[in-house]
Amino acid sequence: MTEEIIIAGFGGQGVLSMGKILAYSGVMGNKEVSWMPSYGPEMRGGTANVTVIISDERISSPIINQFDTAIILNQQSMDKFEKSVKPGGLLIYDPNGITHHPQRQDINIYQIEAADEAASMGLTKVFNMVVLGGFLKLKPIIQSEFIRKGLEKSLPKRHHGLIPENEKAIEKGKEIIKSVHQLN
Amino acid sequence: MKGNEAFAEAAIRAGADGYFGYPITPQSEVMEYLMAEKPHERTGMVVLQAESEVAAINMVYGGAACGKRVLTSSSSPGISLKQEGISYIAGAELPCVILNVVRGGPGLGTIQPSQSDYFQSTKGGGHGDYRMIVLAPSSVQEMADFARLGFDLAFKYRNPVLVLSDGAIGQMMEKVELDEQRPRFTEEEIIKNTPWATTGKTKDRERNIITSLDLDSAKQELHNHALQAKYKLMQEQETRFEMISCEDADYLIVAYGTSARISQKAVDLLRAEGIRVGLLRPITLFPFPTEIISKLADQVKGILTVEMSAGQMIEDVKLAVGCRVKVEHFGRMGGIIPSPTEVVEAMKTKIIGG
Amino acid sequence: MAEITKEDIRKPENLIYKKTDLLTDKPLSYCPGCGHGTAHRIVMEVLEEMDIQDKTIGIAPVGCSVLAYEFMNIDMQQAAHGRAPALATAVKRLNPDKFVFTYQGDGDLAAIGTAETIHACNRGENIVIIFINNGIYGMTGGQMAPTTLPGMKSSTSPYGRDVHMMGNPLKMTELVAQLPGTIYVTRQAVHTPANVRKTKKAIRKAFENQKLNKGLSFVEIVSNCNSGWKMNPVQANEWMVENMFPFYPLGDIKVND
Ligand SMILES: Cc1ncc(C[n+]2csc(CCOP(=O)(O)OP(=O)(O)O)c2C)c(N)n1
Ligand code: SF4
Ligand SMILES: [Mg+2]
Repeated sequence: MTEEIIIAGFGGQGVLSMGKILAYSGVMGNKEVSWMPSYGPEMRGGTANVTVIISDERISSPIINQFDTAIILNQQSMDKFEKSVKPGGLLIYDPNGITHHPQRQDINIYQIEAADEAASMGLTKVFNMVVLGGFLKLKPIIQSEFIRKGLEKSLPKRHHGLIPENEKAIEKGKEIIKSVHQLN
Repeated sequence: MKGNEAFAEAAIRAGADGYFGYPITPQSEVMEYLMAEKPHERTGMVVLQAESEVAAINMVYGGAACGKRVLTSSSSPGISLKQEGISYIAGAELPCVILNVVRGGPGLGTIQPSQSDYFQSTKGGGHGDYRMIVLAPSSVQEMADFARLGFDLAFKYRNPVLVLSDGAIGQMMEKVELDEQRPRFTEEEIIKNTPWATTGKTKDRERNIITSLDLDSAKQELHNHALQAKYKLMQEQETRFEMISCEDADYLIVAYGTSARISQKAVDLLRAEGIRVGLLRPITLFPFPTEIISKLADQVKGILTVEMSAGQMIEDVKLAVGCRVKVEHFGRMGGIIPSPTEVVEAMKTKIIGG
Repeated sequence: MAEITKEDIRKPENLIYKKTDLLTDKPLSYCPGCGHGTAHRIVMEVLEEMDIQDKTIGIAPVGCSVLAYEFMNIDMQQAAHGRAPALATAVKRLNPDKFVFTYQGDGDLAAIGTAETIHACNRGENIVIIFINNGIYGMTGGQMAPTTLPGMKSSTSPYGRDVHMMGNPLKMTELVAQLPGTIYVTRQAVHTPANVRKTKKAIRKAFENQKLNKGLSFVEIVSNCNSGWKMNPVQANEWMVENMFPFYPLGDIKVND
């Protein structure tokens, strides 16, 4: 199994930390992982993205231009990465703020209204975990016990009290993700 | 762990005595990690933010001259500033580790990854006839491993060792296994293992002087001969490389660091199409794996070098190959990382079809 | 009475304030609330009021204001980190009839560029140095600067600046005031309209000094770096008033008229 994922959105959306939690969970599940962020001043409110690869084998290139899954959280990232999903691959996006919806016919497309859901949970900070839940529903590549361990590893100790809320958000994400375009 | 953090942690565990640095993207995590870890409490290691790279490298000179394990890190513009100090360190034959997390140049350039400091690193960026051992990590694991290996080689040869990384490896996270904590040198060990160090003249020995100066040209020439002999020894003993899928290869890619990782994926993609390509990854850039490349040149029909530069290492590959087979360069500049599919394309158009 | 339309408001005779043409239309890349933007504006207003755009050469540093040349509509050079006063020295010596200034952060001016700063001041180069002191390295992500206050946290002083290990904050402005080459040395701020007016006056005075070939004028502006300090802009300005000003008191330090 090798899963090559790009997560892309605004700086403040928790894009990098979602990738980090996914990567740490992979490590806990004894997989090979790589986490390759975009970096620099562009991260101040601009766009941010991270490539996460989770594999049973040694990872060759941590930098790739074709992805099994793209998780897209703003319009700029949609413009940039819709075309980078491998044919037959998966695109997950939050329609909030998206004006040009994805058009590709050769991939599976899902929507997740994570921003709204997180807001209605009263926890805008867990937005990224709702998205992560949606992804894990479709690609259960990591068991939930390892996700928990991944959360413990990537969150600073003083935030460990928030783990149950993060887990709740992940479960919520699994419920609310919905298909928009399905390959048959 | 990020590559930069892995390097910092490994340096503590390698028994480093001192780190001196100045912030610059994309390597500021090295000092940030060290400051957060409080190594002065863990091992007694000193960590100091200097007022400039010039000061930092001269602090390294001072520490190394006392027989201590000292290091510094920076990125391209800061490494350029350090060149004078590095030349003095090489001239005075002092051991130290220098990390360059390369970004695109020239000038202030960009903060994105690049490999355009190859010439500066391998041909001597400062003045005078000197060489450093240059280790090129291509994973977070090697960032950690080369901190320790760097110290060991530096002390073995009384020579600066450069770890030549880049922004991508510095910033990325991968699994890494770290060595156990090694104790710092004791005063007795320093006196015994590095008798040349300035530790205070005792009655039982002559005074120790650390200098790169000798105004007597005859003596200075002798000193230069000794340095050259040392560099030759490094070439004989320390050349390191990795070969991937080379046994049956019809074509070869030569690439180091991040480019090697990308090229490895390109090798997989090309082999999936039935094209037998191998990858030779130099791990030491000085000494350069000339011999093995020369040998492979007899086996393959063409060689592609992949570098994030305008083509610098290709000159060393060409020297190894002579005119026996075609050698072409593919690369991106200005902080752009080539993609595996671009490498595949380059192999097809420049080598196989060309 | 007839309603006032937007067109009425926009009539030239109703104009009470206008962005100076010496600032380009490029949106500032600074964080909202950062002092750099205001400092840029008043320097450019002074040049406009003195009508010396065509005679001025500015030197940009390395730091958040590395892109000052994108915003200042004048001829500019971009220096290596810390070296702006060296560039300015040559520019002024080779073009004595031009107005020359540097615009530098505290890392640039008081760490890596200490030597260039002190020697340009000591030689009494006939230039203006504008020094933005925000107590931190903004651009590289909030590392300790030579000006970081004792106990203040930064990414390379995560437990607060311990002066025994990391040294004391450097009062560069008081230091250069000791040198015979400086003619006018002052410390100002731009967090309130009143302070903006005072700072503008100081900058005007500095350039007038240059016109009269009097020597080096040094204008420090104590500023916030809300991003680096991990505060919102309002908190950052309050923190600055409470903590920075007692250590870096505002006002003229040396005036040789
Ligand atoms: C030789 C060299 N070393 C380090 C850097 C990285 N660097 C860029 S800006 C900066 C500090 C800027 O701080 P300051 O001067 O206080 O400006 P601010 O961003 O706070 O306005 C550093 C260390 C560089 N560009 N060149
Ligand atoms: S990082 Fe600090 S100095 Fe730089 S623009 Fe933002 S607030 Fe201003
Ligand atoms: Mg500053």
